[in-house]
Amino acid sequence: MISYITKRLWQSGLLALIMSLIVFLGMYVVGDPVEMLSEEDWTEEDKIELAIELGLDKPLHEQYLNFAGDIIRGDFGVSFVHNRPVLDLIVERLPATLEIAVLAMIIGLSVGIPLGIYSGIKNNSRGSRVISFFSTIGYSTPNFWQAILLIMVFAVFLKWLPASGRGLTNSMFGIEWAWLSIDGLRHMALPAINLAIYKICMQQRLAKSGTQEILYQEYMTFARAKGISRNRIIRRHLLRNILIPIVTITGLEVGGLIAFSTVTETIFSWPGIGKLLLDSIHMVDRPVVVAYLILITLMFVFINFVVDIMYAFLDPRIRHQK
Amino acid sequence: MIDYKNILATLNLQIKSIFSGHPIAIAGLIGFVIFVLTALLAPWIAPQNPYDLMVLDIMDGLLPPLSKLGNGDTAWLGTDALGRDILSAVMYGLRLSLFVAFVAVSIGTTIGVILGLLAATKGGWVESLIMRAVDLKVSFPGILLALMMLAIFGTGVDKIIYALIIGVWASKARLTRSSALQEMQKEYIDAARISGIPSWRIMMRFLLPNSIAPVLVMVPMALSGAIGAEATLSFLGVGVPITEPSLGLLIANGNDYLLSGKWWISIFPGIILVLLVLCINVVADRIREFNNPYLKHQDK
Repeated sequence: MISYITKRLWQSGLLALIMSLIVFLGMYVVGDPVEMLSEEDWTEEDKIELAIELGLDKPLHEQYLNFAGDIIRGDFGVSFVHNRPVLDLIVERLPATLEIAVLAMIIGLSVGIPLGIYSGIKNNSRGSRVISFFSTIGYSTPNFWQAILLIMVFAVFLKWLPASGRGLTNSMFGIEWAWLSIDGLRHMALPAINLAIYKICMQQRLAKSGTQEILYQEYMTFARAKGISRNRIIRRHLLRNILIPIVTITGLEVGGLIAFSTVTETIFSWPGIGKLLLDSIHMVDRPVVVAYLILITLMFVFINFVVDIMYAFLDPRIRHQK
Repeated sequence: MIDYKNILATLNLQIKSIFSGHPIAIAGLIGFVIFVLTALLAPWIAPQNPYDLMVLDIMDGLLPPLSKLGNGDTAWLGTDALGRDILSAVMYGLRLSLFVAFVAVSIGTTIGVILGLLAATKGGWVESLIMRAVDLKVSFPGILLALMMLAIFGTGVDKIIYALIIGVWASKARLTRSSALQEMQKEYIDAARISGIPSWRIMMRFLLPNSIAPVLVMVPMALSGAIGAEATLSFLGVGVPITEPSLGLLIANGNDYLLSGKWWISIFPGIILVLLVLCINVVADRIREFNNPYLKHQDK
């Protein structure tokens, strides 16, 4: 197990290095920061001066080392637009993104998996057909379009839930959270449901196909032949085996949710990091974009690492593989 | 010599057995064909050219569906703020959305298949390099990679096609490699190698046709994914330019008017987008189901 973890750790480090190189090359070499930062009436000398100030006259590898060094020290630079350290901006907005992502994940798993197992076991029943029908529609409807429909139905016509903003926040561990108040939860409802719909459909499909593949394995027939009760078969044999693909996908999907929250946050004006990224792209606020991409990359590398380890815990075959 | 007549006959038979007895999949296929025809014929059947600012009349702006335009035509689906006929805009938007997705998926799939075949036949460092790159790509959500690309290179129809290609190639390379590796175990490949046929010829003439089936099964899913991704990116304002609206950008334009009750600008492109993706997905689901041996048990 330890050798497996070390190997994965090493690979994760390499992955982080490569991604930071890609972001660096993309943002600092393809684009020209001097053109972006300089005013219109600047002379060539002014521009060269700025380039020296930014360290752009140094050779490429030295620039990269400076860039990586700053990141390791936690220095992501200062936002052009907000005129504040980028890291502060991101840390401040991260809780808002995390809370809707986690809520969406909880809704997705707790609704999607039971529906999937049901429609897998009772395949071709009317209930299963209805579930699959709605799941296909949910799966085929782009996230942003669902968001617009949710706003139209629940905020404009029914006037049940607010369509934008985060509402009242309360402090816990020094961080502002919306889920601690009724008003905050009401504001969270639509964005979280928006993120969850896709999750529900995804989990339903995964659990359904997993159930159907496992249902006809020999050990299931054997378990039935032994006379084990139906519930026990489902819990001990079915659920455990379908959990393996679900855990992998779910781990990756936490990251996916945070990535997709750019869309949801933008539509619902939810003040998280996704909206920050999109606003920054529109306003060419490069330090923020670079910092977001680097941090999200590190997060993904970390999630992938954790998922691999969990995978190994759940499936002994992987743990013992050389 | 490849027997094309025979292949066509088998293909025909296979299409029949995929779709017969599955009315929803047939409806999806028909719907998709209608959408493609509408997109192809848009310049001839659309009432108006929505890109030509000369024919637009600002006096016709924001008319509800079934209104009469200044020149006597009827705007069946209403008009937007610029006086653009929504029906025409949707047809042209559909054309652009489908074009972008088709180009991105065909190029992305081709790149993926070639890389997969190379990885399977060359082995060694070529294989490791390609497969590590695949792992790298697969571990990131497509939307983030696309946003990253568009943040770096700027927006535009060509840029969004590149961004979508990045999203398509990796899974196809992985799939091609694994099916090509299986194929290489078979004796006819050994026989070909012993007869002194050069390896690129083995790759293109024997491996390619025999290992491409699982990839082709994935193509419809990739297509609907690309359509959704393009719409999302355009909706966010980092996709196609404003002068050539795709379905996603049309929805974004109308989004500002939704709260004031002018629903038709967003709703019609939205319905078409969902129907398009839905049609492709039901066909894709049926094809996948047909190709999944585990599910055969329940086929009645």
